[in-house]
Amino acid sequence: MVHDHDFKGHLHGDNFQISLVSHSQITRLYSRFTSLDKGENGTLSREDFQRIPELAINPLGDRIINAFFPEGEDQVNFRGFMRTLAHFRPIEDNEKSKDVNGPEPLNSRSNKLHFAFRLYDLDKDDKISRDELLQVLRMMVGVNISDEQLGSIADRTIQEADQDGDSAISFTEFVKVLEKVDVEQKMSIRFLH
Amino acid sequence: MEGTELAGKILSTWLTLVLGLILLPSAFGVSLGISEIYMKILVKTLEGSHRITLFNQPQWATIRIEKGVPKESVKNSASVGIIQRDESPMEKGLSGLRGRDFELSDVFYFSKKGLEAIVEDEVTQRFSSEELVSWNLLTRTNINFQYISLRLTMVWVLGVIVRYCVLLPLRVTLAFIGISLLVMGTTLVGQLPDSSLKSWLSELVHLTCCRICVRSLSGTIHYHNKQYRPQKGGICVANHTSPIDVFILTTDGCYAMVGQVQGGLMGIIQRAIVKACPHVWFERSEMKDRHLVTKRLKEHIADRKKLPILIFPEGTCINNTSVMMFKKGSFEIGGTIHPVAIKYNPQFGDAFWNSSKYNMVSYLLRVMTSWAIVCDVWYLPPMTREEGEDAAQFANRVKSAIAVQGGLTELPWDGGLKRGKVKDAFREEQQKNYSKMIVGNGSLNSESN
Repeated sequence: MVHDHDFKGHLHGDNFQISLVSHSQITRLYSRFTSLDKGENGTLSREDFQRIPELAINPLGDRIINAFFPEGEDQVNFRGFMRTLAHFRPIEDNEKSKDVNGPEPLNSRSNKLHFAFRLYDLDKDDKISRDELLQVLRMMVGVNISDEQLGSIADRTIQEADQDGDSAISFTEFVKVLEKVDVEQKMSIRFLH
Repeated sequence: MEGTELAGKILSTWLTLVLGLILLPSAFGVSLGISEIYMKILVKTLEGSHRITLFNQPQWATIRIEKGVPKESVKNSASVGIIQRDESPMEKGLSGLRGRDFELSDVFYFSKKGLEAIVEDEVTQRFSSEELVSWNLLTRTNINFQYISLRLTMVWVLGVIVRYCVLLPLRVTLAFIGISLLVMGTTLVGQLPDSSLKSWLSELVHLTCCRICVRSLSGTIHYHNKQYRPQKGGICVANHTSPIDVFILTTDGCYAMVGQVQGGLMGIIQRAIVKACPHVWFERSEMKDRHLVTKRLKEHIADRKKLPILIFPEGTCINNTSVMMFKKGSFEIGGTIHPVAIKYNPQFGDAFWNSSKYNMVSYLLRVMTSWAIVCDVWYLPPMTREEGEDAAQFANRVKSAIAVQGGLTELPWDGGLKRGKVKDAFREEQQKNYSKMIVGNGSLNSESN
């Protein structure tokens, strides 16, 4: 049986927007968390994620799994799990409780873009270098495109985005390139109840 | 001694009752109606408890309404997802964002798909028991339900007493008798020379003992379309949920089992029943040789006097909400395939064997302390491989037929994913599709072909 204190205790004091998630949603997610946790020690490892077949065949599966794990750690607890998932809550959920003085919600447009930026930024230096872009592209296309062609795709992308001439894409430049994209719709997951 | 005399009297009365009320009717395939009365009482109790739940915690009622679940359809309702999955294929999901070339935003599609799979995926949920829409008064299914009312708790306590103190001993006795009779009966019949008398006796023994075993689980089975019952010389395929499937099917007709030789009690049963009629048992080493397996099965079905083979092409137990990939090996043997769909009603007891969580003994104990095992069996019209169809396509066709009849979801995923990793080929396919989109077909690397 799921008791409130099992996870609410973890979430207490965290960003307020997690409390906006309804009780039944938390219950379902906790249920999901425990079913993924084969070791039954309250945390998930990378292997636990890779056991999900649909994630294992995702070309960016490893990068997505990485997003759950803080720097240098190999285990993620339920709070960390919820924090990462919170990026994908629909933006309109924030309308329910406008706290102007609170911290920016994890599922704001800016934070969603930051999530995507971090998928590219392998060394976490707040810049997407040509090398990093190439590596991520290689993950997405596999063996189907030659190095030369991939290189020219990367060069073109950086050229279009780069404004300060450092041959890398900073977060600001990233945001500028994607200003017309409907981030809310493309990076949101809706609960059915 | 007074004590032992009393105990002896109780035991003999008990056994006489069991014999008269259960064993003899089973031998003749007759039902005295006791289990029907039990089921009626059970259904009324569960309905009543459902009403109490709705009365005391109306928010559960609201959730049911939002999900749009009518009261009768317990079948698929619990598999309604918790998130809205975006099922659009890659072309639609990506081209909404831009034209043909690579864009930085392409990563959105993959990350959304990935997160969706993390919250809820189609595959891993099939390897654990189905969630129920309304509580059926068993603690083991009480994940999402909480304390509701005193009345319900008292009903639950009564239920526990009935299940553990009355039903469990009865069921264990019956199971014990059933298995012993099976082993002894088939060994005896095996002494006879091959003749039609032997076949008839062997069928009688199999049928009787399986009926006893099904009674030991309080099994209520509805058979549909009996005219399509598998014939001799054919192959019967069915979806697999638990070892009980074998008993469910054998209660209505005899089959030749196919499987690996096991040790322990299973091995004893296997060695005994193969004396009475030809089942097909393989040694572990033989199982690896696919040609040998196919050859032996071909020989079996070529002999029209032998019973139809029973095969479960999924290869592993699935939780009865879906049908997973049928392994094509069974469909390469040739002959007529008789598909059978088995659907259990989870409200009365969970038949699914989660072999990674429970061993056989704990599983049987759980099943014997449930209310009952209720299921529907549909016999489907026979199918054969068509011209130009290969084994894998044929397997899929049969799988669809079974899924549609049983009201189960059809999945292309391999049941082997319960234990193993998914093949790299699937990821490579995704990568190939994406590559085609951003450079067009002609510019792909030739080494990928």
